[in-house]
Amino acid sequence: MTEPATSEVTQASARLVWQTGTVEQVVADTPTVKSFFIRVPAWHRFRAGQHVDVRLTAPDGYQAERSYSIGSAPEDDLVELVIEKLAEGEVSGFFHDVVQAGDTVELRGPIGGHFVWGPGDGGPILLVGGGSGVVPLMSILRHRMNVGPQVTAALIYSVRHFDEVIFRDELFRRVETDPNFRLWLTVTRETAGHSLARSGRVDGALVSAVLAAFGGAAPACTYVCGSNAFVDTASRLLLDMGVPFASIKTERYGGDPARDTAVPVAES
Amino acid sequence: MLPTRGFLGRRLSPEDAARLPPGQYKEAGFPVLSAGPTPRVDLADWKFTLKIGPRPVKSWTWDQFNALPQTKVHRDIHCVTKWSKFDTNWAGITVEAILADAGLDAPPTPYVLAHSFDGYSTNVPYKDLTGEQAMVATTYEGYPLTGDHGGPARLLVPHLYFWKSAKWVNGLQFTDRDEPGFWELRGYHIYGDPWKEQRFTGD
Repeated sequence: MTEPATSEVTQASARLVWQTGTVEQVVADTPTVKSFFIRVPAWHRFRAGQHVDVRLTAPDGYQAERSYSIGSAPEDDLVELVIEKLAEGEVSGFFHDVVQAGDTVELRGPIGGHFVWGPGDGGPILLVGGGSGVVPLMSILRHRMNVGPQVTAALIYSVRHFDEVIFRDELFRRVETDPNFRLWLTVTRETAGHSLARSGRVDGALVSAVLAAFGGAAPACTYVCGSNAFVDTASRLLLDMGVPFASIKTERYGGDPARDTAVPVAES
Repeated sequence: MLPTRGFLGRRLSPEDAARLPPGQYKEAGFPVLSAGPTPRVDLADWKFTLKIGPRPVKSWTWDQFNALPQTKVHRDIHCVTKWSKFDTNWAGITVEAILADAGLDAPPTPYVLAHSFDGYSTNVPYKDLTGEQAMVATTYEGYPLTGDHGGPARLLVPHLYFWKSAKWVNGLQFTDRDEPGFWELRGYHIYGDPWKEQRFTGD
C-alpha cells in the first residue's frame, strides 16, 4: 500500500445519502448465513469489493447501524448483502429472524476505496478468504467473470466445516465452466469428503501450489479477508512465499466474535 | 425515518448511551482493522522523524524516543466501522513533547500528516494534537503495544475516528495545506469527528 494505485483513489464524491432499499429475496446460503437481495432506488455503481452501511430504526427512534459486504457484482440488478448470524448480534439476528421479502431497510454506500478490484488492476488475482470473508471476494470474482474472464484468478477459501461454504454451488459450477479460475477449498475441522476440497488449514504447501498454478507469474493483486487471526496468518504466509507486501490488500472482521461483525475498511 | 418493521433493538444504559457517538455500538473486544498485512518493525530499526514539509527536523531511535516525558491517558475510542470501545488506557509521548524535544516552541504550520512504516498516512490539524488530546502511544493497558494494534508505536487521537490514529507510525510531517491521507483519498472524511458522524467525504 506504499504507492496507492490512482484507480483506487476516489475523487471528491457527492455526499453518501441514506436511501430505502427493498428486500426482494432472502436465500439461506448455509445454516448461519443468508443472502438478502435488495433493490436500491438510486444506487450508483459500486466497485467489486466494497460494502454498505445498513441502518435500522426502532419505533421510538433508536437506530442501529452496521456495515456489510456486498457479494453481488456491480453489473447485477440487485445488491446482495450476505449476513452471518452471530450470537448476540443485534442487527444480524434481526436480519436472520425477522427480515423477509418486501421489507425495507435503509442503506448508504458504496463505501471503501481500497479493497476493490477492476479490470484496470489486471491479474493474476489471488483471493484468500476465511469463512464469510469470502463475500467481497465473490463480488470480485463475479465482476471479473463479467468484465475480464481472461484474467487468471484463484480463490483460497478456508472454512471450518464443509456445510459452511457460502456460494458453494456457484463456486463448483465456476470451477467446471471457467478455465481461468481455480478454487482451493480447505476445510479445517473435519475431513473434507469432497473432490473439490482438501482438509487442513491454509499452509505453505497450499500457498506454493496455488502460486505454482499461476505458472510462475506473481499475483498482481492479492485480497485477504476474514477474521483477524486468519488474515494475519494468511498474509504472513503469503509474504513468506514471496508475494509482494504492496500487492496485498486485507480486510479484517471488526468486532468481538459474539457480536455483529462488520467487514471493515478503515484503519483502527 | 419510518421504523423498520419488527426492529426493536437493544438499549444501553443512559450513561453508556451518552458516551456513544451517533451510529456507533459499544464493543467489548478490540477489533483489529488495517489495509494491509502487519508490517514487521524491528525495534533496532525503528526510527521516528519529525519533518517540516520535506525537511527532517529531528529523528529519534526507539530508546531516544522512549526517554521523552511519558503521559498516560484514559479514553473512549470510536472506529468508523461502527464500534466504540470505552475506557481504554494508553501511555506514550505527547505531540507537544515531541515538538519541544525538537526545539520547536510553536507549530510551523497548522496541519500535520502522520506517516507509517507501511506507507499509510493520515492528516490531522495540529490543533487536534495539542495537550493530552493526542500522543504517540507505545503502551496499551500497561503493556507494550502489539504489532496488530499498531506497535511498536501508533498515533492516538481518540476524539477523532480511529483511522486517524495511525498504526505503526514513524513520523509526523507539518504541511502547508491540509493534505488528505490514505483513507481521506479513498472516500473518508477529511476531519472525522465521530460526534458529527463525519464518516465519509461530504458528511
